[in-house]
Amino acid sequence: MGQDNFGKMKSHSEPGPGDGGKTGSWRVKRPIIDLTVCIPAKSGKVACFACWMYCPDGVITRTIPPVIDYEYCKGCEICAEECPVNAIEMVEETQFADKEG
Amino acid sequence: MHVIESGNVAAATGVKLARTQVIAAYPITPQTPLTEKLSEFVSKGQMTAQYIPVESEHSALSVCIAASSTGSRTFTATSANGLLYMSEQVHWASGARLPIVMCVVNRGVGAPWTVWNDHQDSISQRDTGWIQMHACDHQQILDTVLKAFMVAEKVSIPVMVCYDGYLLSHSYMPFEIPKQEDVDRFLPSFSSDCKLDPEHPLNQNTVTLPDVRPDIHGNMSPGYMEIRHNLQQDLICSLDVVKEVEDRFKGIFNRGGSPFIESYLCEDAEYVAVCMGSLSYQLRDVVDQLRNDGQKVGVAGVRLYRPFPNQAVIDAFSGKKGLVIFEKGISYGNQGPLFTDITSALYQVEERPFAHNYILGIGGREIKTQDLLDTFRKSIQSGRKNEIKTEWIGLKL
Repeated sequence: MGQDNFGKMKSHSEPGPGDGGKTGSWRVKRPIIDLTVCIPAKSGKVACFACWMYCPDGVITRTIPPVIDYEYCKGCEICAEECPVNAIEMVEETQFADKEG
Repeated sequence: MHVIESGNVAAATGVKLARTQVIAAYPITPQTPLTEKLSEFVSKGQMTAQYIPVESEHSALSVCIAASSTGSRTFTATSANGLLYMSEQVHWASGARLPIVMCVVNRGVGAPWTVWNDHQDSISQRDTGWIQMHACDHQQILDTVLKAFMVAEKVSIPVMVCYDGYLLSHSYMPFEIPKQEDVDRFLPSFSSDCKLDPEHPLNQNTVTLPDVRPDIHGNMSPGYMEIRHNLQQDLICSLDVVKEVEDRFKGIFNRGGSPFIESYLCEDAEYVAVCMGSLSYQLRDVVDQLRNDGQKVGVAGVRLYRPFPNQAVIDAFSGKKGLVIFEKGISYGNQGPLFTDITSALYQVEERPFAHNYILGIGGREIKTQDLLDTFRKSIQSGRKNEIKTEWIGLKL
């Protein structure tokens, strides 16, 4: 008897899209990454990714450059707060409403 | 190597030998010298662990929960009101199935304020889903810490190692420090199959609905009730693991062998005293004296309180004429909790012994061997079959 037979029902789930619907509509401000400042985008190296690490909803990719999924991003601003080079600006959604309809 | 040291140092030495990776604890009497010793081990480089200072017991166990969730071997220790302050996280650790080991240096609970020994603190956390082991001397403290890590990691359930404040924590006794290579042979390094890892993101213990539901792959995930039922089933099954670990330990270190009930002169005994912790060794003197008077008596120390070893209790006590159960804790408004558990286990036995329950030593009230002797003798003389009663002894007003 050992570990294999025990703890078969630990509460866990993998992150997946859409449990709470398309939460991007909750957003008041939109995070925009300035790719001329963002460390991985600027250096072309696998580096930093603080935004990916801190995003509570897992909507930022660990890619060069990082990409934010606006369908689900709630605009919490944590990425902008944590970015060590201030590459992420929070822009009022109203500024996009006119252009995007 | 044999040393003469305190019970707290015995515990710290076990934690060091177990190659514990993360320690977070907040000092509280009578546990304080244990955490001081551990921080000393770490600061002197005698132990390669992360010692994380925290501002409270609630934070101490929270840190341990986070560390254990990443797959680290994790330890904390506390006493009395410190244990109660972390109580919310005590429930969390077992619900999350994290194999944390915690020493509870048993102390009475305020109010009124007390720093002396009884068992009310760990007893009050009885129903949290933790495994609770009681040590009776310094060697058992060290050995039980090592066994606790192995049991916890095999069954994914946290373990409390309980030992009496002051009586064991601050008294000095000889004990053997096992060789590191033997401990390494006994206790393999910890690996978890369900840990936090940035490469494989995972949510753990988020809001879990009353009913089952499909996960993102379409497989059915358990609801809260399935998860809690699984904890109960695994606790019951962990009785076998506790026994296996005890046997494995004995095979390597040639000590121990009684994981559930440690008996002294019980085989032919008609009357048996039952208790937990260091009191069971004090009662051996009482048994010796009564044996000199020609009484067939013995004493049984319950080593494992949760999961409760019902079958071991039935095997040990059915056929006896009487049980005298001494307890340093009480379920206020009812009776001693060990008494409740033992009489409940024996309900299904046809020839039940009488069972008398004595509450004593509350808040560190001195337990005199003469009082134990008088009480045991009185119980034997007055006991009747199927009789149950609870009394306090040592009261002065």
